Amino acid sequence: MSADKIYMDSAATTRVDHEVMKAMQPYFSEDFGNMASLHSRGREAEHAVEKARRDITKKVNGKDHRLIFTSGGTESNNFVLKGLAFAKKDKGHIITTKIEHDCILSTAKWLEKRGFDVTYLPVDREGFVDPAELEGAIRKDTIVASVIHANNEIGTIEPVRELGKVAHEHDVLFHTDACQSFTKVPIDLKKDNIDLMTINSHKIYGPKGVGGLFVRQGVKLEPLLHGGGQEYGFRSGTVNVSGIAGFAKAVDIMKDKHVSHMEKLRDMLIDGALKIDASWLNGSRKQRLCNNAHFSFSHIEGESLIIHLDLKGIAASTGSACSSKSLEPSHVLTAIGLKPEEAHGSIRFSLGKESTKEEIERTLESLSDAVETLRKISPFKR
Amino acid sequence: MSMNYSKKVMEHFKNPKNMGEMKDADGVGKVGNPVCGDVMHIYIKVGKKDGKEIIEDIKFQTFGCVSAIAVTSMTTLLAKGKTLEESLKIKRDDVASALDGLPPIKMHCSNLASEALEAAINDYMKKTKKKGN
Repeated sequence: MSADKIYMDSAATTRVDHEVMKAMQPYFSEDFGNMASLHSRGREAEHAVEKARRDITKKVNGKDHRLIFTSGGTESNNFVLKGLAFAKKDKGHIITTKIEHDCILSTAKWLEKRGFDVTYLPVDREGFVDPAELEGAIRKDTIVASVIHANNEIGTIEPVRELGKVAHEHDVLFHTDACQSFTKVPIDLKKDNIDLMTINSHKIYGPKGVGGLFVRQGVKLEPLLHGGGQEYGFRSGTVNVSGIAGFAKAVDIMKDKHVSHMEKLRDMLIDGALKIDASWLNGSRKQRLCNNAHFSFSHIEGESLIIHLDLKGIAASTGSACSSKSLEPSHVLTAIGLKPEEAHGSIRFSLGKESTKEEIERTLESLSDAVETLRKISPFKR
Repeated sequence: MSMNYSKKVMEHFKNPKNMGEMKDADGVGKVGNPVCGDVMHIYIKVGKKDGKEIIEDIKFQTFGCVSAIAVTSMTTLLAKGKTLEESLKIKRDDVASALDGLPPIKMHCSNLASEALEAAINDYMKKTKKKGN
């Protein structure tokens, strides 16, 4: 990244770390074997994939779980809901929330069209799901409760341990989408009562196109992809060896010190931005992703703000990168009770492990200038 | 950048022309809705030239995206000095082509400034008890 550009959009994606590239390199042209092959080239590939599987699983205490490698968060989330739904003989009920990523929400809506019932749990002003609400929604035919581990827009970390406990008390499977939180928030699949968990690689300095789904042993899922029976029969298709090796390296190099570094800078950014008149933080101040700062500024519109910052070399986003071309106010901001006009004036900064104090200082300066400029153009009075 | 805006759009976004409120406007046009993310106010001062009423001065204020700001700025530029009759002929497509085009998704929602201009002229007509178009 060039010295004068500031990247504040690590929740959208991150660059591939050099160490990760190095770990991937051998599996392109040298150890290129198909892990399903019986010869030694195949075994090299198998060795790499199985080591990656063990290492990543260890990170989340997944002794009772199998990690199925997929193409990313979207596939894992499609797989978990569709796979559970179609593993049942009868149609049933699914519980999720109003603040999930689109790949959960769209899959849930797709299942609704095919006869499944879905409950979308509300959240409070800070974006928290109440375990009592979950309990109230559980029915006899509930198949799974799926709650995002940490929200991708406002950064709120959900009380998954309590939510999982409630689900288990009623014999309901518990799934969490940890695309934003994996390696940033400590996760223990057993203690946190998680049966199924979605993870991905490209938000933690790994390659794009790789992800995974942890599945507790014994949980029945219908595959999305049928074929050669790879990944324990859950996911056919020749395994992405280099990507998986890179994913494991990315997980390995993410350390606690990176998390505390990002936390410190995040707090500096939050404290600084809230000095701007008529501004507020969305999400929880305490139970918050280490790299997320999400603000609203009255009387101005988010895209204009993003582009003003972009002109100054600062990359931020209006929310989920996927929705940056849609004109609807974000479903997450609507769910926490923001009025549409308030939701329009929002911006997300997401830091990376390489973010610096100087970058935060420059971001704050440019942010304050941009807000002031746009408020001068705005017809709304302060 | 999430949108491919033309150079002209970006120029107007960076340096909007005729920006600001006009306290003693002869006509004010307000369009849009904060719920949709775009609100535009256009203020006009009407004068006379060769016996015809012209837009002597024009100002705008906009809450909205890059293209909303650029569109309002360009509309004021197109209308300034024109007769009221000519100004009423300025439509969305004229503004968009003067800006070398807008991204398709922005053509309808944020391209409302010509309507704000029309509303401002109608406001002036109403105030001076003339009939609008």
